[in-house]
Amino acid sequence: MASGATLISFDKVWKSYGQGEARIHALAGVDLAIRRGEFVAIMGPSGSGKSTALNIIGCLDTPTAGTYSFEGIDAGRLDRNRRAMLRNLYVGFVFQGYNLLPRTTAAENVELPLIYRGVAARERRNLAMQALAEVGLVGREHHTPAELSGGQQQRVAIARAIVTRPTLLVADEPTGNLDSARTHEIMELLAKLNTGLGLTIVMVTHETDVASYAQRTIRFLDGRVASDTAKLEVA
Amino acid sequence: MIWETVRLSLTSIRRNVLRSFLTLLGIVIGVAAVIAMLTIGSGTTEKVKSDIAKLGSNLLVIRSGRPAGPGGPGGLDQVVRPLAEKDVAALVAHLTGARAISPASQKQVRVIFGTESLTSGVTGTDSAYLDARDWKLASGRPFSDSETRSGTGVCLIGETVRQQFFGAGDPEGEIIRVNRTSCKIIGLLEPKGYTGFGQDQDNVVLMPLHAYQRRIAGNRDVDNIYVAADDRTPTSELLPRVEDILRDTRRITPDREDDFSIRDMTQIADAMASATTTMTGMLGAVAGVSLLVGGIGIMNIMLVSVTERTREIGIRLAIGAHEKHILIQFLVEATVLSLLGGIIGILIGLALAGLASVTLAIPFAPSPAVILLAVGFSALIGMVFGFFPALRGARLDPIDALRHE
Repeated sequence: MASGATLISFDKVWKSYGQGEARIHALAGVDLAIRRGEFVAIMGPSGSGKSTALNIIGCLDTPTAGTYSFEGIDAGRLDRNRRAMLRNLYVGFVFQGYNLLPRTTAAENVELPLIYRGVAARERRNLAMQALAEVGLVGREHHTPAELSGGQQQRVAIARAIVTRPTLLVADEPTGNLDSARTHEIMELLAKLNTGLGLTIVMVTHETDVASYAQRTIRFLDGRVASDTAKLEVA
Repeated sequence: MIWETVRLSLTSIRRNVLRSFLTLLGIVIGVAAVIAMLTIGSGTTEKVKSDIAKLGSNLLVIRSGRPAGPGGPGGLDQVVRPLAEKDVAALVAHLTGARAISPASQKQVRVIFGTESLTSGVTGTDSAYLDARDWKLASGRPFSDSETRSGTGVCLIGETVRQQFFGAGDPEGEIIRVNRTSCKIIGLLEPKGYTGFGQDQDNVVLMPLHAYQRRIAGNRDVDNIYVAADDRTPTSELLPRVEDILRDTRRITPDREDDFSIRDMTQIADAMASATTTMTGMLGAVAGVSLLVGGIGIMNIMLVSVTERTREIGIRLAIGAHEKHILIQFLVEATVLSLLGGIIGILIGLALAGLASVTLAIPFAPSPAVILLAVGFSALIGMVFGFFPALRGARLDPIDALRHE
């Protein structure tokens, strides 16, 4: 699939915690570029810095040193509220634990990011219904998370992530809590969104068969990029 | 956006009914206590005022004898010079600003009609008495001037006396025996009810002063003089004039103290009303403390709520909520909660006050100002005590908040 212009770029990004002797570096001078429309899997053992990298990519965190640009914006130097705005406008999040609001219907969960965008109630409802249809949850709009299976909850979370038509979808072990059949379904859905909507997806995973849905796999080790391999399209 | 947040907080309150109810409880009890105390208190004040108004408003009551004061009572050795009709005459002749001036002498006397008897307050007075005491006749006529002068055996009776002797019947023209003399009933007084001190004001018989003096008291004394001020004259202005005239007519030299006392009923009414108002304020303040405790309860629960919903806050921050959105959400939630508590508290407080007004026989006097204040205050409590927890929620780091279990 054709890739567009650079969406995400790390320029000698460091992320450090602690002081003096105890100082540890979660990221140690990472250089990285992800283009628009790519589907990237990030792998690596725990403590390799992959989650830190994902948080920075999703504009939840900022680098200690180096430059992180998103859409050409120096996102690493923006304040809390500006980054919140950036997330609201350009980024969708999918988490391992779904992170839906309990006792809140699927439709209301999906509407949530639109509330912070100031979209009117009726339009919100329409967009939420449309997003739920895209993830194959027609008829479940008024179910609360407790009334839905794990796979269905993750679909609601994906609908919530795409309802704002983001440029980037950040997924943190999206299938970590699912069985293999459900994993397959969710990965198919993400792949479809990538090709169908041209959505850029950056996903952290432990499993190589999950990573195989992506076109590119970046492996982290000790806060550095250990390998960066493109997967050939299998006909 | 604000409306959206209010809707959101209402939803969240509805989803945690038990927790919301427990949060409300402190405010409900506080507001209910304040409203009940203040409403019952102002009812009591009104009751006291109306009781004293029954005795007669704008009224000065003059008695013989030195006023009891810091100088001590007159003492047993002091011969008290009673008031006399010439004192009344002097006041009538010289006092300006009075609506009515009337002498009155009283005694508890056995009154008999047929086989029935009743101990009643018998008062010897003149026709100005009714005006001075703000008393009206239900039927019949007052004493004529000639009856007052000659001391004819006629009388006016109160409602209690009528009921004892005549039931619902018409007493006019009947003859009753008072002590060893008889008198003809010429009129019936309007009922006044009981005083705040439990005295039946309707168990009375009024007769001309001269008839009373000759046939019942056996002297020419006047026990009290009632002076009612007219509408333009405050009693406080009337009092020194009365004192001057009485000192003059009783020939009291400037170096000696008054040998009579003047009581200002308006002053007594004001004093008692202000005493109950002070009492009400104190009770209200005590109840206000419980409102404060209720506010701390709100803060407590809101802190728990913020901790409990850390993950929710994390989600909201991750998908693009600004700090202010979270702050407003929790602030509105706290305010809506305490406002709701305030409204429920007002209803309960008014119900309690209503119940108390029935059982204590005082007027039900809810004050719109107090109610409005309670609403405003409970909203304020929500905002003040909700602010700190809300700020804590808003300042959370989305990454930490999302990791929170």
